[in-house]
Amino acid sequence: MSKSDRLRTIKVEYLARVEGEGGLFIRIKGASVAEVKLHIFEPPRFFEAFMRGRRFDEAPDITARICGICPVAYQMSAAHAMEAACGVALPAQLRALRRLMYCGEWIESHALHVFLLHAPDFLGYQDAIQMAGRHRDLVQCGLRLKKLGNRLVALLGGREIHPVNVRVGGFYRVPAKAELQQIAGELERAQHEAVMATRALAKLKFPDFEQDYEFVALRHPDEYPLTEGRLVSNKGLDIPIEAFFDHFAEEQVPYSTALHCVRKGRGNYLVGPLARFNLNFDRLSRGAQKLAQDIGLVPPVRNPFKSILARMIELVYAFEEALKLISEYEPPAAPCVPVSPRAGLGHGCTEAPRGILYHRYRIDEHGIIEDAKIVPPTAQNQRTIENDLRAFVAARLRLTDEKLTWLCEQAVRNYDPCISCSTHALRVRITRE
Amino acid sequence: MGGVTMPSGKKPKLAVWKFASCDGCQLTLLDCEDELLALAEAVEIAYFPEASRAVVKGPYDISLVEGSITTPHDAERIHAVRRMSKCLVTIGACATAGGIQALRNFKDVKEFVSVVYATPAYIEVLAKSTPIADHVFVDYELRGCPISKVQLIELLGALLCGRKPNIPTYSVCIECKRRGIVCLTVAKDMPCLGPVTQAGCGAVCPGLDRGCYGCFGPKETPNTNSMSTIWATLGVSRADLTRAFRGFNAYAEPFRRESTAHEQK
Repeated sequence: MSKSDRLRTIKVEYLARVEGEGGLFIRIKGASVAEVKLHIFEPPRFFEAFMRGRRFDEAPDITARICGICPVAYQMSAAHAMEAACGVALPAQLRALRRLMYCGEWIESHALHVFLLHAPDFLGYQDAIQMAGRHRDLVQCGLRLKKLGNRLVALLGGREIHPVNVRVGGFYRVPAKAELQQIAGELERAQHEAVMATRALAKLKFPDFEQDYEFVALRHPDEYPLTEGRLVSNKGLDIPIEAFFDHFAEEQVPYSTALHCVRKGRGNYLVGPLARFNLNFDRLSRGAQKLAQDIGLVPPVRNPFKSILARMIELVYAFEEALKLISEYEPPAAPCVPVSPRAGLGHGCTEAPRGILYHRYRIDEHGIIEDAKIVPPTAQNQRTIENDLRAFVAARLRLTDEKLTWLCEQAVRNYDPCISCSTHALRVRITRE
Repeated sequence: MGGVTMPSGKKPKLAVWKFASCDGCQLTLLDCEDELLALAEAVEIAYFPEASRAVVKGPYDISLVEGSITTPHDAERIHAVRRMSKCLVTIGACATAGGIQALRNFKDVKEFVSVVYATPAYIEVLAKSTPIADHVFVDYELRGCPISKVQLIELLGALLCGRKPNIPTYSVCIECKRRGIVCLTVAKDMPCLGPVTQAGCGAVCPGLDRGCYGCFGPKETPNTNSMSTIWATLGVSRADLTRAFRGFNAYAEPFRRESTAHEQK
């Protein structure tokens, strides 16, 4: 057998530093990549099935359990969908509080991924604890930022993971002004710390790799998108969220318990920090924009390895936005608005840390759920991750299996995949033929 | 059941395992921001894929097990985990009671698969989602959806110094009394699962003016029947009673029994 026909397999049986269970399988035949599969073997949990027959006001708490890393995103998308179904709009102050809580989740989730899960790849460590040996300051900075994000979620939600204070129509209890102000000083210091960390992380070495992606994110008339907006892309998409399934479709593949979501007639697309940053740069605060320009991060950013920097810009923005929301906060007259169920369909789409999270429910006149549909961000990125790997590996066939495997893992972690979410995945396996 | 006594100078090896779950309980370990680096000095984090690509071979002194058993493969894997573990601790409602995914246990799972997946043949699952203790011997359990950070640190600390962890099995009511929270049911006629639910959360829901929804599962010897009678006087329908007990600990025996008693076929 000539060398060009040599089979080579690269596989990662169990992908580390991602949320959930998945693996990666890559088969290389001679000088070409024959097959790339992102295996997701996270056991299915059937949320969409057992939501049927539950009450509309149970959706935020139940769907939060799809993901322990971004429960707020699930609570927000579910609450918005149910409010839309019942024809209820939230007053400005309740809306602002939801945005504030979401900032907390972005901070917690981004800090976790940047400092504890992704940075070790760039610096050549197995994990953050090993990295703490020589980069203790970096790890401690990450832990401090993460802790503050968690505190913000707990302040509004009662606890960090699966908060209990969000309800359809608002909250159970809203904080007094003083309760929020007591955290403001720490948020200011943390924002400063995040800026310094962003400048430091900008000096990392990024693999030379760019792709022509279709970026998809929410876009709001005047805010950086968190809880609402229209769905837009850099390739002509501009639709209300209600039209989601007119433009996107879910497909099942045999090697994954997570459905692949594709743009109808176009194929794969990318959601998450890079998509938001590229499509909404003009909606960032002046400070965040300036910081991005200082470190040379200017849209369109097409190198997925630079998502770590987009996450840092969003982290800085989330601190700024949280401070702004706290300074403008006036406690609302009531913690929630009354919501009476009516028969109908409701859509909710919000920007989870990893990208758009779409919920759709049909409820009857008593508020009982008849049908539920949930499309999490990682399900939408799966095919893009596979495409990235195909192109990435093809240009790096000379690397040893060991090096290539680690780089492939890092490429998957660019997406901060949340496999628990997408199954409502990772092991890397590369085969060379 | 004992602590983890180590020959001097050797760090105990900690492993974190995942079955069907949301990852939130193992995330609680990473959420111990103030304690994480100190913990990494006290134990060798030998297997924790969510946090590290490094794998140190077993056996392990302490295994934290998250998630429930829902697939034929996992039903075998848990035995391998048990064989490799000196002390096995289940963490969270999925591992201790089957989790929210145990709602399938009350229905036909084939129907569930076809609701979610277009080609159900690719999906291999068991008819029921079951707790870890249904499959192997469990040394300790931490309740909650998610578990409490305080209880996790207490448990690890206790195991490391060879004492029994202090994990109370009394109800959420005790925590309300301690926090000085006025009883929601007595004072405001609000339905609350606190009287039958194990403590550990710190009465987080009543503290926010919301009735407990039972995410720490049944307390020791709960009187669910009496509580249902009180809920009925507050105007809660039988269908809503069934739903209330059919939450994140639906398959825990006392809650399972109570929800079934109110079910209308």
